[in-house]
Amino acid sequence: MSHAPAVGLENRCSADAPSQADFLPWATLRQQQDARLRNTVRLAHDKVPLYRQRFEAAGLTPDDVRGVDDLAKLPFVTKEDLRDAYPLGLFAVPMEEVIRLHASSGTTGRQVLVPYTRADLAVWTEAMVRTLTLAGVGRGDVVQNAYGYGLFTGGLGVHYAAEALGATVIPMSGGNAARQIAVMRDFGATVICCTPSFFLQLIDRAEELGIALRGLRLRVGVFGAEPWSEEMRQRIQQAAGIEAFDIYGLAEIVGPGVAAECPVHCGLHVLEDLFFPEIIDPASGQPLGEGEVGELVLTTLAKQAMPMLRYRTGDITALESGECPCGRTLRRMRRVSHRCDDVFIVRGVNVFPSQIESALLAVKGTLPHYQIVLTEEDGVERAEVQVEVTPEMFSDRIGVLEELQDTLSRKVAQAVGVHLDVRLVEPRSLARSEGKARRVLDQRPSSG
Amino acid sequence: MKFPQLSVFIENRPGHLIEPCRLLAAAGINIVALALAETQKYGILRLIVRDWQKAKEVLETNGFRVSVTEVLAIQVQDRPGGLVAVLEPIAAAGLNVEYMYAFATKMGDQAVLVFRFEDPDAALRALKGSTVPFVDTVELFSRATRE
Repeated sequence: MSHAPAVGLENRCSADAPSQADFLPWATLRQQQDARLRNTVRLAHDKVPLYRQRFEAAGLTPDDVRGVDDLAKLPFVTKEDLRDAYPLGLFAVPMEEVIRLHASSGTTGRQVLVPYTRADLAVWTEAMVRTLTLAGVGRGDVVQNAYGYGLFTGGLGVHYAAEALGATVIPMSGGNAARQIAVMRDFGATVICCTPSFFLQLIDRAEELGIALRGLRLRVGVFGAEPWSEEMRQRIQQAAGIEAFDIYGLAEIVGPGVAAECPVHCGLHVLEDLFFPEIIDPASGQPLGEGEVGELVLTTLAKQAMPMLRYRTGDITALESGECPCGRTLRRMRRVSHRCDDVFIVRGVNVFPSQIESALLAVKGTLPHYQIVLTEEDGVERAEVQVEVTPEMFSDRIGVLEELQDTLSRKVAQAVGVHLDVRLVEPRSLARSEGKARRVLDQRPSSG
Repeated sequence: MKFPQLSVFIENRPGHLIEPCRLLAAAGINIVALALAETQKYGILRLIVRDWQKAKEVLETNGFRVSVTEVLAIQVQDRPGGLVAVLEPIAAAGLNVEYMYAFATKMGDQAVLVFRFEDPDAALRALKGSTVPFVDTVELFSRATRE
């Protein structure tokens, strides 16, 4: 293909010899980004009607974008655009060039179909190889992959990269906590890959089964696909005796592999030679400077089947370009604490699930599975935090549970500034999709 | 004597009480005594069964939150003042009864009550000087299964 971006598998790497692409001098990286962006813009404009129409409406031609500094001229692509284009509207190549289809997990609405050419899968595998390498995963490791296999990108994304690294892969997929723990113990897994909320379930289950995770060979956890807090990291690391790494990605861009933590754990290195990040003010759409908190916007620099120009991720973070002690030159994004969609308003107050998470953790030192349910009765909004009872919380005495419920309610009110009811519910009674926690359930009539 | 009681967390909604009972029934476990404490939103089902380890495993495997507490089984005369005779030494020792409930079965003119104390040993010491008879575990279950 004439438009094929210049990306191959030149970046073979391992834990001992990480990818050169992670350490490029700034000017070299910028040159590569500019060249790849020009290719991507040309491809998107020529092959995807939506981009062509948007360029024309803005009075732009592909030649107006010479490099990433010109990105701000381009209009955004939103999740709504992707939904409107469902299923095939944003394909830049004919179906016979597509060798894999995935779909976004649909936690926030209708799913989005994501196509990959052979070259796209190579890019993805490279990105995930670099992601796992950042966490020190390599040959000799036994990788228990508990991300869901299927349309969800987590399972296969980890799978092929771990194989490419020469690690031993256990393709568990999600669910069945008891079996996961037995396999972890019997097969000597050294690495677990799953959503952080699923790993919390594994911690609880192991406790119930009387198996000490700290006594197993497990040493690294690669956790992503949902926002999780620093408190949750501490809880995971202490309970399981592992080092927990945060990874970031989304199907619309590639799947997991967009950004990942190095052992310094000071933000996630964005693989910006492949996926270019910007931060914007979510209200005005104006670009924000370094260190400023706003919405992450991503542009793919090396994808063919569905190139993305300025995709609004809905994730809130900030970019830092200071030198990282690990030596990588890739900029770091702060850990995503919440998504734009996650924020909900109760009686005029903005509330983030991460605030509630911190409050819950403060009470018993453990993070129970929880969900916020919004309802409306006779025009009065009600928000209820439903909390699954953990072993640490449970008591045979009503008084103790009532006091706990009151304390939780008080802590939550302190954290968010508005009173939310707290209700204790049975374990495993709250919904999870693809092992992803669904934190907010809006049942108010206006939410549609 | 002291013996283990299982407590199970259940939501206060239709159909939620039957599930743990069904699971125990399917596992062939007989409930010897039980009490239900409830609030508006949830409840605690307290159970005495012979094979409590098995019952705990069955319930936990099916997603229930279960805790084990030591309780006392005390024999009480089934006549006016029977309970008072038990409570007097407890009160005199400054101990608080967290909760209590009765066994379904009786032995002659004796009822059997289950007591939950913060410190069961302290309660045992307090009762030792009195004439209150305790029921040991074996006797308790053999009586329960004879019925």
